[in-house]
Amino acid sequence: MSDKNILVELHKAGFKQNNKWLVEGVSLKVEKGKIVTLIGPNGSGKSTTAKIALGIYKNIEGLVKKYTNKIGYVPQKISIDWTLPLRVYDFMLLTEDISDEAIDEALALTGVAHLKDKNLGNLSGGEFQRVLIARAISKKPELLVLDEPVQGVDYTGEIALYELIKKISDTLNCGILLISHDLHTVMTATDHVVCLNGHVCCSGTPMDVAKNNEYKTLFGEQASQILSVYEHKHDHVHLDEGQIKKN
Amino acid sequence: MLDDFFIRALIAGIGVALVTGPLGCFVVWRRLSYFGDTLSHSALLGVTMAYSFELNIALSVFIISSAIALILIQLQKKTNLPGDALLGLLAHSSLAVGLVVIGFLTFIRFDIMGLLFGDILAVTTTDIFVIWTGGAVILLVLKLIWKPLFASTVNYELAEAEGLNPDRAKAIFTILMAAVIAISIKMVGLLLITGMLIIPAAMARNISDSPQKMVLFSVIGGLLSVILGLFSSLEFNTSSGPSIIVASLVLFILSLLNIKQSIKLKN
Repeated sequence: MSDKNILVELHKAGFKQNNKWLVEGVSLKVEKGKIVTLIGPNGSGKSTTAKIALGIYKNIEGLVKKYTNKIGYVPQKISIDWTLPLRVYDFMLLTEDISDEAIDEALALTGVAHLKDKNLGNLSGGEFQRVLIARAISKKPELLVLDEPVQGVDYTGEIALYELIKKISDTLNCGILLISHDLHTVMTATDHVVCLNGHVCCSGTPMDVAKNNEYKTLFGEQASQILSVYEHKHDHVHLDEGQIKKN
Repeated sequence: MLDDFFIRALIAGIGVALVTGPLGCFVVWRRLSYFGDTLSHSALLGVTMAYSFELNIALSVFIISSAIALILIQLQKKTNLPGDALLGLLAHSSLAVGLVVIGFLTFIRFDIMGLLFGDILAVTTTDIFVIWTGGAVILLVLKLIWKPLFASTVNYELAEAEGLNPDRAKAIFTILMAAVIAISIKMVGLLLITGMLIIPAAMARNISDSPQKMVLFSVIGGLLSVILGLFSSLEFNTSSGPSIIVASLVLFILSLLNIKQSIKLKN
């Protein structure tokens, strides 16, 4: 593969807050047209890894190289302040001035075109999530970072949105860093999966990861039941907070 | 016929309102009212500096307020004290130091009331020049940093992730705050400048559904407050600052009535 396809690259990256590692030793890269999915339990450092890749966290360990500035970001948590009178339309223009056509198109793609003039504070959780995705894709970014993008969206909508994300990756040829707690729904589209638990537990194609013993330990037997079972020796033990137990 | 001093005050006041309108919206959105108080209280020290070293008042206030803002940022990094405690510490200590210094400056006759509450008799043509050129520069810079500043006000991480450099915008905005205080001190007085920033913006919030509208109504509210306030100041022989703030309070109350009506209409 040629290097100019790489959009963002992490090399042994980690972030420490109040003397506690949120995540450490993460190496991954996102290339044009590829979808990289981060999975892992709560508190395993998925969002932290995304924020490292985006340059939101400054004093990090290791290296991050970002090769693009055309980025669309859907954060996991976002609270809009009531002191701000903000319509969906204003929100779409937040970080970049885009044409009205592009706004309408993006809102239509995520199925919320009718909400354009509504106040952001009056949207339901699922509607707001669709607006967040629309805003991120309307910029036609080279790199999309989606942190649990379908939270609060109904089940049929969830599948449609994942299909949309796959379509966007193909049509815009943009790289996607996707965070999900649910490997099943993202499996078909994902090129590379990184399973986190404070560090990289395992990574590879969705199949590789699903077969991995550590993945099973993290997500329970059920999670991997639909896939062929492949045992391998667990070479370390986790403490409660996810760090590797030192012998 | 209106007197010259009143025309000067009116022109100066309109210049101030044009700048405090948009900046005031950001003060409300970013919850910076106590920060504004701190900077304006420190302005007294700036005024005493101006008298001591025969500097331009606006320039001297600008320098001191910017310095206080820098000190605040350093204290926030180096101590574990909460932000409001640091703001209070700086606000009251700089006010107190300013008052003590005034006590020493016995060779100058001070109009303390004028400093604290504004004095329309004191507005000179130089002040008008400072307000309008300073104001134009402030508005121009605000327009340049509008996108990153607004985006990071809505969500810091989105702005940072999508490459807008919100930290730089925040630093520049802090300097703009010091500048707006410097140009409005003669008009409104240092105790009430934050009111001039917040009340028209708060009034505008009540009647707007988009950020642009809020800025527009905030400017209009500020202009009306200045004009109404100055005329009543002339009529009733009251200080200009309190008169302007009372006028803006009246507008705020009217905007509340507007909300009540629109709620009634909905039901």
